Amino acid sequence: MVSRIFLQRELRLLARQKADWLNPILFFIIVLSLFPLGVGPEPNMLRIIAPGVVWIAALLSVLLAAERLFKDDYRNGVIEQLVAGRQSLLAFVLAKTFANWLSTGLPLILLSPVVALLLGLEQAALLAMALTLLLGTPLLSLLSVLGSALTMAADKGGILLALLILPLYIPLLIFASSAIEAASMGLNYQGQLAILLAMLLLALALVPMAVTSALRINVS
Amino acid sequence: MFKWLDPYAKSETLYHLCGKLLPYLMVSALALLLLGNIWGLAFTPADYQQGDSYRIIHIHVPSAIMSMGAYAAMASAAFVALVWQIKVAHWAVLAIAPIGAVYTAIALITGMAWGKPMWGAWWVWDARLTSELILLFLYLGVIALHGAFSDRQVGNKVASLLALVGVINLPIIHFSVEWWNTLHQGASITKFAKPSIDPSMLWPLLISILAFALLLLALTCLRLRTAILVNEQHRPWVRKLVGG
Repeated sequence: MVSRIFLQRELRLLARQKADWLNPILFFIIVLSLFPLGVGPEPNMLRIIAPGVVWIAALLSVLLAAERLFKDDYRNGVIEQLVAGRQSLLAFVLAKTFANWLSTGLPLILLSPVVALLLGLEQAALLAMALTLLLGTPLLSLLSVLGSALTMAADKGGILLALLILPLYIPLLIFASSAIEAASMGLNYQGQLAILLAMLLLALALVPMAVTSALRINVS
Repeated sequence: MFKWLDPYAKSETLYHLCGKLLPYLMVSALALLLLGNIWGLAFTPADYQQGDSYRIIHIHVPSAIMSMGAYAAMASAAFVALVWQIKVAHWAVLAIAPIGAVYTAIALITGMAWGKPMWGAWWVWDARLTSELILLFLYLGVIALHGAFSDRQVGNKVASLLALVGVINLPIIHFSVEWWNTLHQGASITKFAKPSIDPSMLWPLLISILAFALLLLALTCLRLRTAILVNEQHRPWVRKLVGG
């Protein structure tokens, strides 16, 4: 019940501040279109680098959205009220994470066919890319919510946030791009998907707790 | 069960304990470091495949093991600090972080120096190398995050929380050579099986590992003492101590 109200609030805020979620998506597409210009439009070359390029662009665009996640709520005292009040902080964190995934993760999944077209990926690789994004983007959202909660009261947030959460993204990047690579060579990639799912479940169990304690620390 | 530990949560008691331990730790660390490294670098037989260049393991392996050991110690301190709200444990986290970062850097640099003649490249994107590099980033993240807050109390707590989150990387580093079949060789020393390293090379290596561990403890004591003095500078006992 409470979490539904929180989710409605988050979605309403996103609907009013369209730049918060539109800019990362545009950024994602622009970064992707820079690669063919930078390394040359050779189709074979693009097909080889595509898995890594897609995931790096996804990481950077999620990072772009992460910085402002808690900033406004912290400045206008919402977080303080929530910590002081009786509402479940966990419900707030989960609603925040879900709204972040809806506004940044889901669009990336929906865009993946377009991306495959741009980079010349085949059908099998496209399916693998969509599946890794499906499993990986919720994990990205969880980690960026964590990073944002840790740095919301810091004096210089932006670069610091990247320093904190990009290292945590690395395992995800390794397994996701190796899954797409395996798929484009016609190999079985269920193992990588299983590891991605395991990482997602572990993070889903532990990260929200860490985020609530980070919020508490920052307003104490 | 842990009642006997309680007095050491008090900064004054801990300051004096560290002061008492420091000379013993420092002297034994330096003595063992000299013994282990001179024995290992000058008096052990050469490897039948790698020749003399394998000798760098007497620095590389201890620093790599202790870079993870330091992280485990830092994360334990962070856990104690956050769960039982003990101030000195927060200072211990920040005391250990730069030492661990330097150990990690030593492990990476010596590994690169060894990799050039053996693998033919300074750096390969191997699982263990990558995860050790992430460990370095985590240490730097903890230090940077602490520095970003003007309120030192909040900075301490947030840095401890990040240290705790980063623990996830330790098993990844440790098992990386078993999970992924990569270039970095597996462990030569194990607790249970007979080590695959010759005893004449094993002993100096074990001494060096012990020396690096003692040096970590000694440096932590030193930095923790400084941290206690800085953080408690307005307390009467500190004023009396420094004669101000």
